[in-house]
Amino acid sequence: MRITFTPAGILRGVRSGIPLLLGIAPFGVIVGVISLRHGLSLAETLLMSGVVFAGASQLLALELWTNPPDILAVAIAALVVNIRMVPIGAALSFWLDHLRGWRLWGSLFFLVDHSFALSVAANRKGERDAGYLFGLGLFTWIGWVAATAAGHLLGSVVALPPEHPLFFAATASFVAILVALWRGPRQDVPPWLLAAGSAVAVQALHLPPPLPLLVGAFAGATLAAWRETRRPGARA
Amino acid sequence: MTMRWDVTLAILAMGLVTYFCRAGGYAVLRAVRTPPFLDALLRNLPAPLFAAYVALALSRQDMAAALASIPCAAAHARWSNFGLSIVIGVAAMALLRWAGM
Repeated sequence: MRITFTPAGILRGVRSGIPLLLGIAPFGVIVGVISLRHGLSLAETLLMSGVVFAGASQLLALELWTNPPDILAVAIAALVVNIRMVPIGAALSFWLDHLRGWRLWGSLFFLVDHSFALSVAANRKGERDAGYLFGLGLFTWIGWVAATAAGHLLGSVVALPPEHPLFFAATASFVAILVALWRGPRQDVPPWLLAAGSAVAVQALHLPPPLPLLVGAFAGATLAAWRETRRPGARA
Repeated sequence: MTMRWDVTLAILAMGLVTYFCRAGGYAVLRAVRTPPFLDALLRNLPAPLFAAYVALALSRQDMAAALASIPCAAAHARWSNFGLSIVIGVAAMALLRWAGM
C-alpha cells in the first residue's frame, strides 16, 4: 500500500473540512467571547488559538484564568484535557509512518479530534494520500483562529442565550462524525454503549473533566480491542 | 493589540504541552513496538471517544438535544454530508425550541 502526500490530497482534506466549519465556528466564537470576558486582548486570543488549537483545553484554561495568569495551572489544564491526543497520533500511523519532516510534524501540529475521525473514516474508504489529514487540519486551524477572533471582536454583540439552537451545532458535528464511524451493530453497539455509559457514570461521580471522557473512551476501546483480538481474523 | 509577557508565556506553555500530547505520543508509540492488543486498542479508540463525547454532551443538555440528534444522525446515515447533517440538526433544534421545548 503506497501512501502519498500531494496537493490534490491536501485539497480533498480542505474540501472535507468546509462543512465541519459549521460545527467548529460557533464553538470558536464562544471561546473568543469568553477570552474577551477574561481580559485577553485580541492578539493574545489569536496566539492562544493559533498555538494551542484545542477548544476544550482553551475553555478550561480560561475558567482557571487569573491576573496575572498561573502558568503552571493553565499548562496542567492543557495537559489534562489534551492527554487524550497521545494515542490519536499513533492511531493514524497508517499515514503518519510514511511521512517525514514538516509533513509529519506539521500534520501532528494541526491534529484535532475532527480531522482524526474523518481521516480514519477516509482511510477506511480507501484514501491513501496523507495530504488529506494535513489539508483538513490546516483548514480547520484557519477556521478556528478566525472564529475565535470573530468571537472576540463581536464579544459584546454576540449575546445569544445558552439554549440558542446555533450552539447545538457542536454536538451535531460530533453526532455526524459518530455516524461516519459506524461499521455495524455487532462490532459497534457494545463498545459504544460501554463508552457512553461509563463516561456518564464517571461524570455522575463528579470526577473532573476530562476524566469522564477518558474513562469512557478507553473502556469502549478496551472492549472493542478485547473482542477483536480474541477472534483472530475479525479485524476491522 | 497588546501582548503581556506573562500571558504570552502562559499561552506558550499551554501550546508546548498540547504539542507534546499531539506529537510526543506519536513519537514514543512509534519507537516502541506495540503489542497486538494495544494496537487494536488504538485503532478502536476513535468511535468510543466520540460516543463518550456525545453521551456527555447530551447528558448536559435537555431532551430537545437528544431529539434533534436523531434527524442529524439519520441525515448523515442517508447522505454522508457533514454540512447538511449539522444544518438539519440545528434546524431540528430550532424547530423544537419554537415548539416550546
